[in-house]
Amino acid sequence: MMETWWLALTFRLGYNTSLVTVGTMLLGAGAGMIGTFVLLRKRSLISDAVSHATLPGLALAFIIVGLIQGDGRWLPALLAGAALSAAFGLWAVQVISERTRLGEDAAIGAVLSTFFAFGVVLITVIQSMSVAGQAGLTGYLVGATAGMLAAEAQLIALCALGVLLAIVVMRRDFLLVCFDADFARTQGVATGRVDLAMLMLLMVVVVIGLKVTGLILIVALTIIPPVTARFWTDRPMRMVALAALLGALAGYLGVTLSSVTEGLPTGPLIVLAAFALFFVSMLFSSQRGVLAALLAYQRFRRRVHLRQGLLALARDEPIFDNLTLKILRRQGYLRRDGVPTLPGRAAARDAEHEERLWALYREREPEDALQQEHSGLTPIAEVLSPDAIMALEAELPPTAEVRG
Amino acid sequence: MSDFMMFSLVPLVVAVIIGMTCALLGNFLVLRRQSLIGDAISHVALPGIVVSFILTGMLASTAMMLGAGVSALVTVAMIELIRRLGRVETSAAMGVTFTSLFALGVLLLEWHDATGVHLDVEHALYGNLESLIWFEGTGLAALFDPTALAGLPRQLPRVALVGVLVVAFVAVFRRHLVLGSFDPDFAASVRARPALVDLLLVSLVAVAAIAAFEAVGSIIVIAMFICPAAAARLMTDRLATQIAWSQGFAVLASVLGYVLAGYGPGWFGFDASLSAAGTIATLSGLILLAACVAGPRRHPAAA
Repeated sequence: MMETWWLALTFRLGYNTSLVTVGTMLLGAGAGMIGTFVLLRKRSLISDAVSHATLPGLALAFIIVGLIQGDGRWLPALLAGAALSAAFGLWAVQVISERTRLGEDAAIGAVLSTFFAFGVVLITVIQSMSVAGQAGLTGYLVGATAGMLAAEAQLIALCALGVLLAIVVMRRDFLLVCFDADFARTQGVATGRVDLAMLMLLMVVVVIGLKVTGLILIVALTIIPPVTARFWTDRPMRMVALAALLGALAGYLGVTLSSVTEGLPTGPLIVLAAFALFFVSMLFSSQRGVLAALLAYQRFRRRVHLRQGLLALARDEPIFDNLTLKILRRQGYLRRDGVPTLPGRAAARDAEHEERLWALYREREPEDALQQEHSGLTPIAEVLSPDAIMALEAELPPTAEVRG
Repeated sequence: MSDFMMFSLVPLVVAVIIGMTCALLGNFLVLRRQSLIGDAISHVALPGIVVSFILTGMLASTAMMLGAGVSALVTVAMIELIRRLGRVETSAAMGVTFTSLFALGVLLLEWHDATGVHLDVEHALYGNLESLIWFEGTGLAALFDPTALAGLPRQLPRVALVGVLVVAFVAVFRRHLVLGSFDPDFAASVRARPALVDLLLVSLVAVAAIAAFEAVGSIIVIAMFICPAAAARLMTDRLATQIAWSQGFAVLASVLGYVLAGYGPGWFGFDASLSAAGTIATLSGLILLAACVAGPRRHPAAA
């Protein structure tokens, strides 16, 4: 089993499998890229409406082709039909959310359920007809790459490549519209047209993805990789590139896994691969990950405890908090019996001095102090210039008592 | 007549009850702009049912309901977790969650295909309203015959129970629901517990989706959650009137859809029938379309 997977991973499982793998990776990359822009535009779930809206077009194309040549399975016509009805669905979502008082969520839900239901009705029509290739139609629900023809795989790969190129060409306009549509308009960008182009590219990705992941799961490829990419970067162009990479990786893992045994569905495996990448990123991302956040919180807590402990030492106050005691001891500032060591005294004096400087600064320049980030922990030398600190120190009232 | 009693009465009643139940809850979902939570939950009923089947090894309805219920709760929890921990936007978090869980369900299903389960993806999506046959329903008299009534398909009492539950929930919590739908902050300030009511609403959406799922498939559920309520929203500005409209639309779509699906092709000389669930959902969409074109309150409020 592992051997078969390894063969698939290294593209040695026959020409067709390799072709499908490459096509799926291109598709994943395209979906990740366009999905990033749609996510930044906060319209992620619009792809859900698009994908469900493909079904009636698909079924109608199947009926028409079937009536003409007896077998409805002709990919180009099916994809064209799917694209037409998806475009119609998109238009409906747009019109409902703009012209009526209903929100975009209701528009998306209404369009996806109605279109899909109509598609189901058409499928029952097909079942009552004597057209060959009916079993192939259900493959569009959950995807089926097994038994895909070479010509079909080539078509998908070509379309995906075209989408990739189009996105690369239009990336600046997309970004401008995503972040500041008003500004984009002042720069002479036709925002309506850019939005339309974005949705059209999304539609193309969804339509060519039908055969690979099926119409319910293609949504995942346009949402999960961009969300995953968001964990790793704050720069939009990097996010787009990363989402493309993650999408391609998910496609690669999913397709190769599904070729291990007969009958493993491709779509779900691709989606689960994408989810695994997402999950790992959410936990372990260095910037926004759960683990990183926990670590940062721990670090912050230790700093607060250290600072408060030192201040308490400087003021000869007793310390009861166990964590504070532990941290002070580990730093070598406190002996086992609770008596401060020499370095401890020095550090405590510094902390006290620092605190007094901050207090004075806040008193003298309340407006400026408000502007500065000060959680009680930032060394004042990082915020103020040496001159300003000298001036403050000159104003400090002398400490009356000499602590031993 | 006996044909009608045997083949059509039960599906028709089930469709009407489910339509009305979902539309009732849908009013609040549409007002809260949470329409898509119904979409998400009806997708994840599949993995819940599959997992419960794998665990118990049978298609017992209680276990399936339980499984689907648990999966709905898991979904809500997962959406919240991803939203909070990952700082991801709600709709994106929803998209991540329900697609992944649905993928898991499909994978498990295909995996266990060899064991011969009477459960497949198409069935889960389309439902099978037509299979609810009442064999004992041979005539009007059967309506009063206890033994014949005992032979009613078990889906009927189940959806009826869920319907009663939903009506009771809305009746008891109507003030809280209304407050929370329009102004959650104010609701919190007068201790109307908007978070708790939210959770209850989502749970009931899950319960309704699951009960309907087995009988009519998930796609009609989503349509019924959204379309009648959205259409009603375009008819009036008053909530009570809106609910009344939505109920009317739901009944209209259910009855007309069922009749069209069953007898429509016959009128044109075709010897076939269409998917009842699909036709009902399509009709509800057409009603919404009509409301969008001509509803008296269709325009967005002037800001």
